[in-house]
Amino acid sequence: MAMRRVLSLILSVLSTVTLLWTQSGECNNGRRSGDAGDTDLSGFSVPLEHSFEVDDVPRFRLRGALQLKGGKENGVYLSQNQLSEKDRITLKDVAAADGLYRVRVPRVSLQVDRQTERPSEGYLTTFVRACALVESHLSDVITLHTDVSGYIIGISIVTIPGSCRGIEVEDEVDLEVFNTTISVVAPVTAPAPETAPFIERMEQEMEKKGKNPQEQKSFFAKYWMYIVPLVLFLMMSGAQDQSGGGAGGGAANGGGR
Amino acid sequence: MAWLVVRLAISMSLLYTASAVFEDQVGKFDWRQQFIGKVRFALFDTHSQASKKLLLATDKNVFASLNSRTGDLFWRHVDKTGPEGHIDALLMYGQDAVVVVGNGRLLRSWETTVGGLKWETVLDTGSFQAAALVGVQDFVKYVAVLKKSAISLHDLSSGSEIWVENLPDSDSVQYQTIYSGGNGLVLVLGVVPNSHIVIVEYKIEDGEIMNKKSVEAAWMSSLESSCAVVSSGILLCVDQITQSLYTLPLQSAEQTEMRQIHLQTLDLEVVSGFRPVLTSTQPNPAQPPLSEFFLQLSPDHHILLQFKDGLIAPLRDFNPAYLAAFATSGERTVAAVMSPKNDTACSINLFSADTGRRHLDTTIIYHMDPNGGKPNRLYVHAFLKKDDSVGYRVMVQTEDLALTFLQQPGRVVWMREEALADVVTMEMVDLPFTGTQAELEGEFGKKADGLLPMVLKRLSSQFILLQAWLAHLWKLFYDARKPRSSVKNEVTIDVLSRDEFNLQKMMLMVTASGKLFGIDSKSGTILWKQYLENIQPNSVFKLIVQRTTAHFPHPPQCTLLIKNKDTGLGSLYVFNPIFGKKSQISVPALPRPILQTLLLPVIDQDYAKVLLLIDDQYKVTAFPSTKNVLQQLQDTASSIFFYLVDSSQGKLSGFRLRKDLSTELIWEVVIPTEVQKIVAVKGKRANEHVHSQGRVMGDRSVLYKYLNPNLLAVITESTDTHQERSFVGIILIDGVTGRIVHEAVQRKARGPVHFVHSENWVVYVYWNSKFRRNEFSVLELFEGAELYNSTVFSSLDRPHPPQVLQQSYIFPAPINTLEATLTEKGITSRHLLVGLPSGNILSLPKLFLDPRRPEMVSEQSREENLIPYAPEMPIREEWFINYNQTVSRVRGIYTAPSGLESTCLVVAYGLDIYQSRVFPSKQFDVLKDDYDYILISSVLFGLFFATMISKRLAEVKLLNRAWR
Repeated sequence: MAMRRVLSLILSVLSTVTLLWTQSGECNNGRRSGDAGDTDLSGFSVPLEHSFEVDDVPRFRLRGALQLKGGKENGVYLSQNQLSEKDRITLKDVAAADGLYRVRVPRVSLQVDRQTERPSEGYLTTFVRACALVESHLSDVITLHTDVSGYIIGISIVTIPGSCRGIEVEDEVDLEVFNTTISVVAPVTAPAPETAPFIERMEQEMEKKGKNPQEQKSFFAKYWMYIVPLVLFLMMSGAQDQSGGGAGGGAANGGGR
Repeated sequence: MAWLVVRLAISMSLLYTASAVFEDQVGKFDWRQQFIGKVRFALFDTHSQASKKLLLATDKNVFASLNSRTGDLFWRHVDKTGPEGHIDALLMYGQDAVVVVGNGRLLRSWETTVGGLKWETVLDTGSFQAAALVGVQDFVKYVAVLKKSAISLHDLSSGSEIWVENLPDSDSVQYQTIYSGGNGLVLVLGVVPNSHIVIVEYKIEDGEIMNKKSVEAAWMSSLESSCAVVSSGILLCVDQITQSLYTLPLQSAEQTEMRQIHLQTLDLEVVSGFRPVLTSTQPNPAQPPLSEFFLQLSPDHHILLQFKDGLIAPLRDFNPAYLAAFATSGERTVAAVMSPKNDTACSINLFSADTGRRHLDTTIIYHMDPNGGKPNRLYVHAFLKKDDSVGYRVMVQTEDLALTFLQQPGRVVWMREEALADVVTMEMVDLPFTGTQAELEGEFGKKADGLLPMVLKRLSSQFILLQAWLAHLWKLFYDARKPRSSVKNEVTIDVLSRDEFNLQKMMLMVTASGKLFGIDSKSGTILWKQYLENIQPNSVFKLIVQRTTAHFPHPPQCTLLIKNKDTGLGSLYVFNPIFGKKSQISVPALPRPILQTLLLPVIDQDYAKVLLLIDDQYKVTAFPSTKNVLQQLQDTASSIFFYLVDSSQGKLSGFRLRKDLSTELIWEVVIPTEVQKIVAVKGKRANEHVHSQGRVMGDRSVLYKYLNPNLLAVITESTDTHQERSFVGIILIDGVTGRIVHEAVQRKARGPVHFVHSENWVVYVYWNSKFRRNEFSVLELFEGAELYNSTVFSSLDRPHPPQVLQQSYIFPAPINTLEATLTEKGITSRHLLVGLPSGNILSLPKLFLDPRRPEMVSEQSREENLIPYAPEMPIREEWFINYNQTVSRVRGIYTAPSGLESTCLVVAYGLDIYQSRVFPSKQFDVLKDDYDYILISSVLFGLFFATMISKRLAEVKLLNRAWR
């Protein structure tokens, strides 16, 4: 019973940690955009492009459109098309040759007003093995990482499951529609040394000790019955040691000096 | 009481980790060597005949006194780094040494016997030009300091300012030299380049300007480099364009222009492109300089000249001669000249300065180190012998910053390798087996290739064994004939072999001057050294161990990549780390700047690991590039990934190798440089082993570690340095897929950031700009209660992000460097080695940096041995692994595993080098030094005999019972 409680406690700790991970990120962005003042709540759209070629030379095509909502929600929504017949065949061919399936997004800021500030230059790219994408039946998780000011700094794609086992996949059924989970992750604020709770805890303990009159007794008064035999025992054993003729020798003597 | 409980809990937990050195263990496992750096000024104490003091000021802002008989340090003062502690001038008179520090900021006087500060004066601002001792009536009483726009005179015994005067027209005239001939005047010489010289005379008593004149000198650009004062106040200058000498009596009123003497009239000529140098000597600051002087006409041509009655006469021509120097003992001044003797040796001879005649029997033969540099400075210590003849000793400084102290007839009294004051990078290599061990090892290591070759190999190895045995016998026989005392027990390369526990290793040290050292880690003896010539001063080095000693009979192989920081062009130097010899292997030419190197676990048929060099066109060069290697690279190309960092654009990019050794870009992460800049990227060490895959928690479940060998820790710093808005960012990126595993921001923080990335954790130190303190932060990554794929880790197949735990602590001291201990199998608990500016190295248990330290003590946390969270990290003196052997300006710490799991070898380097062993979990696999073998064995024997006797007695008793 106790064991289970412990487990649940740890799990809850871990889950809060992971929750914090995502939450604080959102808070963070929310605050930032709040700072920026009026933001366009309707959001804006950014193309998500992909490339899978048998010869492994990237030729990016449009996969879908990322609807990025600036402002407080900081949500992201991906609308994407089905894979065409031709694409499905290519993807299976690439998977068979152990090629790469690449995706990219342009470098943009999630802050809508900053969009105009600086035109996006370059792309952020990443990849996943094509076979993993095929075998997971096009279920992938795409994460966009932003920095503190809301610029997208990186994109990552993983498939679930992520392994390539060489399972046969029927292209009509399984390779038509992407089953994508997409999220935006902002940096977590790292914790600073927690002095306040520590002092509070110390004070509480002091109070607790103060209330209990039994604890007021001095250390010796409380534990004399343990200390006296211990000291006696040590003295006895020490006397024996000396009569034993420097059996303790070496370092003990050196340290004592 | 609560404090007591917490303290008690902490100290209980420390019972396992506390480690300090016993008094009798001092110096047993550890050694320290102290260095000073490149010598800029060196003065011998000629005050008394028996003095052994040698005063040195170096470019490392160190002011030290050496024992000239042994080369040991008497005392050393290490000033601030950078221009603030720069030593501008060193003057000595009697027992006092006067030093100008920090571009004329401070004037200090040191007592030379014990190195105590006598006085210190803060000088007015202004850039330092020159300093000189000023004497009146044969007695030196003052020191004059010349700044760009002022001159000040200070009392030598108290440092108090006598007067300070502004220099006339200091914005147009460059005042560069001070001259005083002991006649009550201080002369300040300045120059207006390519126009005229200005001479200002000051009265010593009150600083009154007595006289000021200017003299035409249209050819002159700098006084300092082309002029000297000889005889009774004659300014002597040399100009290479007009090939002539110019003289000017400084204090004469009638002569208003410099007199030109063509070198041709003296049958002399300056080699084109060489800037001639004049060297004069002023033995006593209260008297005018000697009328003899040296003129250097080419790198190896010196001539001793004399100025007499307005005429210059050559006394002796030294051609060829590398170096020449004056020295004075008592009333006699001599000149020592170093001339080449043959290819490997130079001879140094003594000449009397006033006549140029050679002193008999004064030759010192200086043997040049074939692996060293050329001599470039000569310091002479002259002394009067009992028979009133002049004896001398010399100190030679070479290009590779070695100081050699010689005495007649060429005995090296001592030698110091000052290049070691600036170690850039280092590695530790296992020592080779002895011939016998190696033969046996090699036998098993070889690949089976047919019966006959195997038999032949066996025979050959047996033959080598026989040879080794015979050699050993011969040596025994040979040594037995010699008296015992002469059999030296020195460490030499020949007797080097691996010890039982691999505790003795070869330390390879690369220094900024381009000199490589092989040092025995046990004793600190330099076993070999190699000076690489033509190393640019701004080079960066990377040392790679391509083949260890484990592959007998192939020699171990190390590669040093030397890269010019500006052009990025690199070159490879391949050598044997045990003997220091350059390898004969042909090295690939590197015509393009190198961006990244990658040591692959792929080995060629000679067991050398393959090194990949990526150039700025993303082309890959393999070294070694044999057919075998190329074939292997082709086979494994699709699984070879590497990353590049361009911090100027904030770009991290990942590449994959193609079969034709070209590369393709596969991922890209761009961190906008407007907000933050990348300051450091670190992966994990390749030779790191992690023993446990997870951590057992209080409830007996396992929390698995996220052990991604491809994980990179990227540290960024904000461009905004305002204390409220500045931050330090930490981004964990998978180096293969470019996936950002974790991204955190430490607010109100700034650098310098020191960090360690190991196992499943990253520890970093930053400066909290709000609270103005140093803080530690630890990040640990866990997979959770279940492993995704427990057999193998693949970055391509690890879809779930790890759980990240983080905690921060206050560290009550600034930090110079940070490193983690490393052991053979990773079973031993880890410690962090923290190099403090005080010179101590703190061994901080990783236990204290654990993000799972609980706020409140609970049953489970106690079960797990977690220390309750305390915001402040303790520093205990017994954690200092180097007790009182502080390491000045510690810049780096290197850790290496030994053959004993409990033991980690540590080398800390900075200005000093310190080597020691640490035992993070105590010496659990070693018996203590004071282990009582006699007691144990006597108890054992006693028990054995007791059983024997009692057995016999029992038998007798049984027999008796049977008879009854």
